[in-house]
Amino acid sequence: MEILVCVKRVPDTAENEFELNGAGDDLDRDDLVYSVNEWDNYAVEEAIQIVDKVGGSVTVITVGDDESEEVLRREMAMGANNGVLLSDDAFEGSDGKGIATILKTEIEKGSYDLIFSGAQADEGAGQVGGMLAAMLDYPYASLVNKIDKIDDTTIIVGREIEGGNQEMNEIQLPCVLSIQTGINEPRYVGIRGIRKVAKVEIPIKGASDLGIDEADIGDAGAKIKRVDYFVPDMGDGAEMLEGSTDEIIGKLIERLKAKGGL
Amino acid sequence: MTDIFAYIPHKNGSAEDIALEYPAAAKKIDENAKLTAIVTGSGADLDGVANEMTKIYSEVMKVDDQALAYPNAEVVRNSLVNIIPADAIVLVAHSTFGMDLGPGLSVKMDSAYAADIVDFEGVEGNILKMIRQELGGAVSTHVTADISAGAVITIRPGAFAPLDGGSASGTITDKSGDAGDLSAKRKFLEVVEAEVGDVDITKSDVLVSIGRGIEDEDNIEIAQELADAMNAVVSCSRPIVDAKWLEKSRQVGTSGQTVKPKVYMAMGISGSFQHLGGVKGNPYIVAVNKNAKAPIFQVADVGIVEDILEFIPELTEAVSEL
Repeated sequence: MEILVCVKRVPDTAENEFELNGAGDDLDRDDLVYSVNEWDNYAVEEAIQIVDKVGGSVTVITVGDDESEEVLRREMAMGANNGVLLSDDAFEGSDGKGIATILKTEIEKGSYDLIFSGAQADEGAGQVGGMLAAMLDYPYASLVNKIDKIDDTTIIVGREIEGGNQEMNEIQLPCVLSIQTGINEPRYVGIRGIRKVAKVEIPIKGASDLGIDEADIGDAGAKIKRVDYFVPDMGDGAEMLEGSTDEIIGKLIERLKAKGGL
Repeated sequence: MTDIFAYIPHKNGSAEDIALEYPAAAKKIDENAKLTAIVTGSGADLDGVANEMTKIYSEVMKVDDQALAYPNAEVVRNSLVNIIPADAIVLVAHSTFGMDLGPGLSVKMDSAYAADIVDFEGVEGNILKMIRQELGGAVSTHVTADISAGAVITIRPGAFAPLDGGSASGTITDKSGDAGDLSAKRKFLEVVEAEVGDVDITKSDVLVSIGRGIEDEDNIEIAQELADAMNAVVSCSRPIVDAKWLEKSRQVGTSGQTVKPKVYMAMGISGSFQHLGGVKGNPYIVAVNKNAKAPIFQVADVGIVEDILEFIPELTEAVSEL
């Protein structure tokens, strides 16, 4: 089973408080802590577990700048066998379809039975996996939180749907799945693991290596463009309780009594 | 004039709430847009929903096929591509089904794709201006879509004001004959219902709900002690269930339980829309979070910037002394 997992380097929402830059058109990125997209760790873990059972190999791939190499190495330290970095100035400004187009061009040069992505990443669109599947004419399932059975031609997967229910599907291979958190417990990666893969060569491929039409990607090919970032007006946001902890607790208890909480 | 098509999701013979929210979204895109509802399905269930939709939409298209009895996104996509004009705008709910359908549909229609839109700011020429959120709701962005070759747009459930009933007397057009080849490489097998847990969080008037801020499985004890003192029940957000610290039946959110308590204590919960989607009935929301910029403070009634690991035990002590 040859498995490709698409990963992304993103600002870590657990480690950062987000502020806008002076011009207000971007995040203040100077001190942001980046890490691998949380969902992608589950996708890589799932891929490794499948290969441990049925054999094959796991390749991790990303579209990004030089710094994205670190997330590939992290996933390789988890146990992915190969890494590929797709990087080119021409890729900058790509929308979801641009990213899917870049990935598709590389995927068509290989032979993968399964392609995973995280269910969503920092932008919260959850779009690249589904686009990639449609471009490749592969079947697709999003929000996969269970892989039940896999053989050479089909896979049985559970999708997370509303209300905590699970939708079971049988899907023909090759296919694309977007993986939801909670499907497994991603293994811990220690500093020794990272060191072990520090010298493994990761090929870097640009637009000309892929033979990609630059009109389809980057800013020129993007139908969706981000204009700016802003912090929404707090409006009637919460009444913030201030003072010493004792004072705050006193005020809170008053309110809880009035609202039926105590 | 923009042609807009709204895909109506339905279950057990009734349309989902989003059917009442599409009209407001369509108006915000273009006041003069022609809005058509599309319902796919099979038999009496489908006819019931199509009839229901004629009260809201002046034009309703239905596609009736046994293959559409369960909304398999690949089959639905195949039918929509054959029925909707390529340059139209298609509105879909940003739900687990919409996330399954939308991206691929936009590829097959060769149109722009915008996901999880919370507001529209109108069209200028071929450029549609929209608002969405990133980074789990921590920041908002203005985005534009070039809609000259159409667009597929998923909208966030609950973001647009629902129509209060409906007085249209629309007509139904049967497009079943135009749906084309509905074969698919993905087959729906069954829905496995959520397991019932040891505690029913939907029955409690007061919930002490914990998120990432609890940091460690061992710390759940302090939340339980507060819940005991308040005669409440402990619920949680998704990361706690992902980490297997609490059962899935304790999870509040669109992919968990929908709760309607009187008081909701959000402790160390950032407040993603998927989480808040499970909090209904306008409870009094208390948010405690050490991050002053957490989105939860925008929806809470009262907010406290503190580390829950220190705050909860002190609150428990004070409540116990009452």
